[in-house]
Amino acid sequence: MSILVGPETKLICQGITGSAGNFHSQKCMEYGTQLVGGVVPGKGGSSSLGKPVFDSVAEARAKAGANATMIFVPAPYAADAILEALDAGIELIVAITEGIPVMDMMRVRKAMQCSRSASRLIGPNCPGVITPGSCKVGIMPGHIHKPGRVGIISRSGTLTYEAVRQLSALGIGQSTCVGIGGDPIHGEGFIETLELFNNDKNTDAVIMIGEIGGADEIEAAHWVKHYMKKPVAGFIAGQSAPPGRRMGHAGAIISGGKGTAAEKYEAMKSCGIFVAQSPADMGIAVKRALGG
Amino acid sequence: MNIHEYQAKELLRQFGLTVQPGQLCYSPLEAEWAARSYGDSALTVVKAQVHAGGRGKAGGVKLARNPDEARLYAERMMGSVLVTKQTGSAGCKVRKVLVAKALDFSREFYLSLVVDRDTASIGVIASAEGGTEIEELAEHHPEKIFKMNIEPAAGYYPYVGRKVAAALGLAGAQAAQLEKAMAGLYQAFIKYDCSMLEINPLVLTNDGSIAVVDAKMSFDENALFRHPEIAVLRDVNEENERDLEASKYGLNYIALEGNIGCMVNGAGLAMATMDIIKQYGGDPANFLDVGGGASQTAVTNAFRIILQDASVQGIFVNIFGGLMKCDVIANGIVAASRELGVHVPLVVLLEGTNVNEGKNILQESGLNILSADSLAHGAEAIVRAVKERSAK
Repeated sequence: MSILVGPETKLICQGITGSAGNFHSQKCMEYGTQLVGGVVPGKGGSSSLGKPVFDSVAEARAKAGANATMIFVPAPYAADAILEALDAGIELIVAITEGIPVMDMMRVRKAMQCSRSASRLIGPNCPGVITPGSCKVGIMPGHIHKPGRVGIISRSGTLTYEAVRQLSALGIGQSTCVGIGGDPIHGEGFIETLELFNNDKNTDAVIMIGEIGGADEIEAAHWVKHYMKKPVAGFIAGQSAPPGRRMGHAGAIISGGKGTAAEKYEAMKSCGIFVAQSPADMGIAVKRALGG
Repeated sequence: MNIHEYQAKELLRQFGLTVQPGQLCYSPLEAEWAARSYGDSALTVVKAQVHAGGRGKAGGVKLARNPDEARLYAERMMGSVLVTKQTGSAGCKVRKVLVAKALDFSREFYLSLVVDRDTASIGVIASAEGGTEIEELAEHHPEKIFKMNIEPAAGYYPYVGRKVAAALGLAGAQAAQLEKAMAGLYQAFIKYDCSMLEINPLVLTNDGSIAVVDAKMSFDENALFRHPEIAVLRDVNEENERDLEASKYGLNYIALEGNIGCMVNGAGLAMATMDIIKQYGGDPANFLDVGGGASQTAVTNAFRIILQDASVQGIFVNIFGGLMKCDVIANGIVAASRELGVHVPLVVLLEGTNVNEGKNILQESGLNILSADSLAHGAEAIVRAVKERSAK
């Protein structure tokens, strides 16, 4: 398999009866993902998209064998949904919801660190995870992807699609694409995901797509230098952003000269990462990383 | 969301902090009365209430020696436009002032709480050199800044306050007071989902108490749903008109200096779109992320905001549908264009969920649209079209 999702993934959707949850659950099924049900507290015993709806995640795990969940629950209740999935021991928790209060995520992250469960959280505010041709857990348009051997890690949803389109157009397929989300406090980061790709025999190279703000990309670049056995390409969005302004993602803010695009590019270059200076050259950077 | 100094001080009083006494005034006469209430010869400070730091240097904070002087300063400030380091050249209009009783103090401290994203905890920043700008201090004298973190899972314990007091060189009864203030600040920060709470300065008064002289609070917009009492403190006068219009529809909009209007979904792609416009020699007029699940009304309003911007000489729409459906975008563009007319070049790059439906809607609309097939192509086309237009 590639990483995180594949043919063995048994997915549930928390919030399957909401309009976005329902629409995208159907799209995931059409792509070939094994959707085994949904969870909506109070609606247990009904069905949606021909799949059973359960009252709790624990019940969905016990009765339908769910090992992954995709969360579309509205932001005020999303932390509750993530923690419930963690408590039920779901291995992969993908939170699509955007606009979750920062303090909720702060508590969720601490709970994940303290939990004995092996759960991984992807997101929130992310497009999800897809292993092209095999399994899609999230909101990304499936048809632009092409099965292959390049991994993608990105903080931005739609920018990931742009990278995928460029790769597919160059005939370069993807092993797995992971959107880690744009929120300041999130689940798995660049380093944890790079580590998974490093150990995945179906991945030959990785592209990491970052943004201004924070220091995640810089730490990841240093990790690449020391531990990564495969070539890595990179891009940072926000080179033209004026400092001090918050650009949509809560994460994307440059403050006091920290977390600028220039700083991140510098770190990536010094750590041997093949950088794309222009967003139109992400595909080409991967091609260079692959030695082409 | 930011609030005014007088509002922040009011909130902090409820958490047991000692706050400099003051009264909010809407007219010079009120300012005079407020000053008089502290005594005919009492020193007062007249402070413009605007959502921007750097007021002192811009003339927005004045020490008045008597009530008449307080009135004069209020007269000068009220209705004037205050241009500080943080407001940009447009400045912001002063609509009200706070008349505060001047405190006699021997020391000034800096103290703030922030959400620390890297450690997922609450960061505490303190300095014995308050009253100045912390950014400058951080740059030139980082050794004078004390930092620590509070684990939200454990919450506040008094050792935090003791540690901060020690760092500020306080001992005995004063350290105990600082500890009490610190506890109150932390409770306020957590209770209201703050993203930043800054006291600068916090002073040690001559009678030995620790008092808040200036306070700034900002709140996590995403958490306002559970704090209606904070949401009502919003002062729409302090916010940019177009930004406000955009936020009403859940759009992320930031006006910039250039002339190419951009409508994009997703913050990362929106930034990348601005980046590539710059790389082709153009200049974006705005950052606009229409978000993931925007309705057609929201998209229509987004496009309307761009069309109404007089500096816009061309528009680049770059949509990669995932959660967002391309037909919703296309319908929004068509609706806004029918209403206002599109008089500048329009380049559209559309891909993803329901892309064919979206393209059909645009084609059947009869709008003069240049359809791009890649990011580079789209950026190049809009930059060229705008240059040709301005050459004419």
